[in-house]
Amino acid sequence: MEPSKLRYTATHEWVSLEGSKARIGITDHAQKEISDIVFVELPQEGKVVKQKDSAMVIESVKAAFDIYSPVSGKIVKVNSTLKEKPETINRAPFGEGWLFEVECSDPKEIGSLMTEDQYNAVKHEAH
Amino acid sequence: MTLLQEPAALKKTPLYDRHVALGGKIVNFGGWALPVYYESLLTEHRWTREHCGLFDVSHLGEILVEGPGAFQFLQYRLTNDLRKLEEGKIIYSLLLDERGRTLDDILIYGSRPGSYYLIVNASNIARDMEALKKYAPEDARLVDLSDQMACIAVQGPKAETVLEKLFGFTLQALPYYHWKEERFQGETVWVSRSGYTGEDGFEIFSKNELAPAIWDRLNTDGRAEGVKPAGLGARNTLRLEAGNVLYGNELDETTTPLEAGLKFAVSFEKGGFVGRDLLMVQNERGPARLLVGFKVLDKAIAREHYPIYGGGHKIGSVTSGSFGPTANANIGMGYVERKFAVPGTTIEIEIHGRRIPAEVVKRPFVTKNHKKGL
Repeated sequence: MEPSKLRYTATHEWVSLEGSKARIGITDHAQKEISDIVFVELPQEGKVVKQKDSAMVIESVKAAFDIYSPVSGKIVKVNSTLKEKPETINRAPFGEGWLFEVECSDPKEIGSLMTEDQYNAVKHEAH
Repeated sequence: MTLLQEPAALKKTPLYDRHVALGGKIVNFGGWALPVYYESLLTEHRWTREHCGLFDVSHLGEILVEGPGAFQFLQYRLTNDLRKLEEGKIIYSLLLDERGRTLDDILIYGSRPGSYYLIVNASNIARDMEALKKYAPEDARLVDLSDQMACIAVQGPKAETVLEKLFGFTLQALPYYHWKEERFQGETVWVSRSGYTGEDGFEIFSKNELAPAIWDRLNTDGRAEGVKPAGLGARNTLRLEAGNVLYGNELDETTTPLEAGLKFAVSFEKGGFVGRDLLMVQNERGPARLLVGFKVLDKAIAREHYPIYGGGHKIGSVTSGSFGPTANANIGMGYVERKFAVPGTTIEIEIHGRRIPAEVVKRPFVTKNHKKGL
């Protein structure tokens, strides 16, 4: 994914939108901050989430981190390769290290997300 | 996700600028600004097991206790028997409250007669001073040296060779849990064969002003000998794999040394000491709960405070948990009801809303590589 074409949350998730389907991951800044990722607990496909709900957990050697869904909708796909190779998120946070896909129930929510420039301006603030 | 925060106004060790220059990820560790890792916790952990890790542990507290009454005072105030502590030796001890609960765990460095150095946990320095003063007689002087002293830990199989080569120290004959004075730039430093990682290693105590030069030599000339800086994150996973307890996790003011499996550091035979009466009662009855090590039997990591279940009800909680890079397993420690504290017992840990099976196992989780002494 081209970071400039993505949308971002203040809590370090990124969203790439294709039609009404949103692919979600964490930013490069976030993967650097949480360090070596050793385990992911992926959400169930079919689960319905609301915007800002905790959708899954990423564990680094340091701590467990909740991942908040940037959009509302049904989780239609998860990146199951992460079960065996969670370190892919550290290696390619914007690419192969994506987390899950949501069929958006309210595409207007995308408007509430940040551009890359906006995210870069706030990413060092504590969230 | 919510990232870990970096509050302002933290205390800094004399090596703070080094950590920043090395790109260390600085976090708040009990009020101290210290690096949790430089590049990668996993790499630093493995490097220490195989080569030599360099750690800034200057946040540790140092308290001098000296005077004609020092021996009797500490013999009464601490749990271990100071008669075992000749000059140059180190013993582990607990500082308890009157109810036998743990205020701190301490290393006592025996110096010349009537002189002892207590190495205490950073977050407990002020409370330890109060707890000591409360019982200190007039002929025992207490001096908190913590703000003047730094400590650098050099840990791993190459540590002895590194220190002998870079500093000309003579350490080959120094047994585990012993210390000696050495010289660096014309000044006295103390070097002990000790540490928390489960590997052979040393801790170098010096006055603050010397620490940057000691660090720099290790981090420049030392690189060719296998030295690399490692952060507190690796220190924690290394100590967890070694099965070592940490104050604030396994120990606090609700736990007793008997529950924590630290009876070896409690001498009932030596006579009276603060906390003895209630500990005696617990010793006769047997503690209701015990600290155990466990391995999670699924791909999930148990973290501090997660509840532990056994036989259908809650039997305790996790005190430390992580992926163990050398053990290559998700390991941890926690308190459980005594009848579950038997290696081989299956328990369940609630992890993110699910009960995941785990097995009680003997600690340490890896083979310790301490230099044999005595």
